Amino acid sequence: MTTPQSLFQKVWGAHAVRVLANGQTQLLIGTHLIHEVTSPQAFGMMRDLGLKVLMPHRTFATVDHIVPTDQLTEPYRDPLAQAMMDELRKNCAQFGITFFDRASGKQGIVHIVGPEQGITQPGTTIACGDSHTSTHGAFGAIAFGIGTTQIRDVLATQTMALGRLKVRRITVNGSLRPGVYAKDVILHIIRTLGVNGGTGYAYEYGGEVFDRMTMEERMTVCNMSIEGGARAGYVNPDETTFAYLKGRPYSPKGAAWDAAVTRWRATASDPDCHYDDVVMINAAEIAPTVTWGINPGQGVAITECIPDPAQAATGDEKSSIEEALAYMKLSPGAPIKGTRINVAFLGSCTNGRLSDFQEVARFLRGRHVAAGVKAIAVPGSQIVAAQAARLGLDKIFREAGFEWREAGCSMCLAMNPDKLIGDQLCASSSNRNFKGRQGSPTGRTLLMSPVMVAAAAVTGAVADAREVFAFTQAN
Amino acid sequence: MSLEKIISLTGRGVGVPGNDIDTDRIIPARFMKCVTFDGLGEYLFHDVRKNADGTDQPHPLNDPRFKGAAILLSGANFGCGSSREHAPQAIQKYGFKAVVAEGFAEIFFGNCVTLGIPCFEASRDDIGKIAAAVGKDPATAITVDVAKQEIRFAGQTVPAVVRASARDALMNGRWDAIGELIEGLPAVKSTATALPYLAA
Repeated sequence: MTTPQSLFQKVWGAHAVRVLANGQTQLLIGTHLIHEVTSPQAFGMMRDLGLKVLMPHRTFATVDHIVPTDQLTEPYRDPLAQAMMDELRKNCAQFGITFFDRASGKQGIVHIVGPEQGITQPGTTIACGDSHTSTHGAFGAIAFGIGTTQIRDVLATQTMALGRLKVRRITVNGSLRPGVYAKDVILHIIRTLGVNGGTGYAYEYGGEVFDRMTMEERMTVCNMSIEGGARAGYVNPDETTFAYLKGRPYSPKGAAWDAAVTRWRATASDPDCHYDDVVMINAAEIAPTVTWGINPGQGVAITECIPDPAQAATGDEKSSIEEALAYMKLSPGAPIKGTRINVAFLGSCTNGRLSDFQEVARFLRGRHVAAGVKAIAVPGSQIVAAQAARLGLDKIFREAGFEWREAGCSMCLAMNPDKLIGDQLCASSSNRNFKGRQGSPTGRTLLMSPVMVAAAAVTGAVADAREVFAFTQAN
Repeated sequence: MSLEKIISLTGRGVGVPGNDIDTDRIIPARFMKCVTFDGLGEYLFHDVRKNADGTDQPHPLNDPRFKGAAILLSGANFGCGSSREHAPQAIQKYGFKAVVAEGFAEIFFGNCVTLGIPCFEASRDDIGKIAAAVGKDPATAITVDVAKQEIRFAGQTVPAVVRASARDALMNGRWDAIGELIEGLPAVKSTATALPYLAA
């Protein structure tokens, strides 16, 4: 009788090539995703060392961080952005790598492209030079972010040196209340366990709430695992996973499909397997959550108030709150609700998928962005944009006063023209609220779910979406 | 590929205090629009060191007393956020050779080791002692010792941990793994053949 194992142990075991001199594992990376920001120097190193890509057919590229979302044609106004685009094209051509570029109709944010193409599959290891690679764990893969030198390692050897992670099982049972979304689940987890609570761990998410989630919702949660310090986060594959993958361009077909599904089912964690830690969360405790501070763990329920440093439990917490409030220019003890916003951003690898736009569009009919608010909606990929257009969503967003943009990372992170100006306050569906994150050194970010971004956009202030829009018990 | 064995190193120090100092703060994303890592040192901590008009903000790295420091001191969860190697690259190109903090974000830690930058974990109190010595006399020589797992300064010694696998790699000149990974290629091929999604 074999010992029960977690998915992490099974997939790690199947991909461990050998133990290295320092005790780390030489881990086979089955799928390597690349983009224009972290790869150029790695390809440069490959050329310097005279190396070829070991498995070009297991390497997939797209361009996302630097693309202007208001312009498809080249040359881009920013010569640095154009140079990076040219470099990626050159590198993909030279090394024989599939490049989902903008002419292909398949370009988008790398963590949206992989899954929609069926490249992201259960039981695989996936690496990319981007910390939100944890997103792909939603499919029951071990997926994580790597640095540029490690990109070189994976290009050259399809492996990298990595220490084995521990596994923390996070079980969320019960039912989410109406108006509470997958984004709130992960913001709640990070708030509860802390921004470095997951250091050294992979997070296995499960329980009734996850069983019920769609793949896109699972991706939203797994995406922000790294914000909780966990390098990887995953959900065990199940019928929902297989239904999503069936028929996608890179999914197995015919007899190979049936064989794959059988294997994928077996990849899931065994009952009674060992976890290094277990956390239980009651879904009823999760509220629509908004961050008020300068790291993703500094969040409160929409009904709560901004913390008061005077009430802090420790000296550390006190200075942390003071620093955040000084930067965010928010008042201690004030309700978070009613905080006026300047910008609303819907998009990013966290919440830039079709279901995110569909859910917001339901509530936007007949509503309009408040005067003085700049609102942008950025589909996460060209395919998401096309699907949204077929459903008429782009029209709904435009009529409501949103700018509907081309696919890319956009305002999440300041590498393209979509940036905050001055100390603008942005209601954002993205994943990070660090100082200066959205492009202005004094810009301020409030993280929340897409529907909460929409509620803030139409009222001009942080609002409880359940009071702004009509939610029924069925929502 | 023959790499330096990193056993210990000595230099002056400077503290950038605070917890959860993230990679966007260490190197703002707009400076990552580059195809090499050249010149990144200039932009280290840019947005907390410079005002919009280019004048200096008060920041330890702008303080001429600490110019030339090779050892960076900080707080908990240093380097959290992105996997961008640009962050340790900026730190290295600025002139730092080691970082001492209460704790490190994992991807950042690994990226540093790959560049040969040892990261030491020490207690808040002990880092405070080093910072106090540096504040009193910026020329204080600090020795960070990977082998002995300690930090020596101003006649004092405090313990400091370097994670075992990193310590081994640094001390044996294997901190850039590429050589070893290439040696494993035959085994890589047989592991791949056993996996249906890669066997094709």
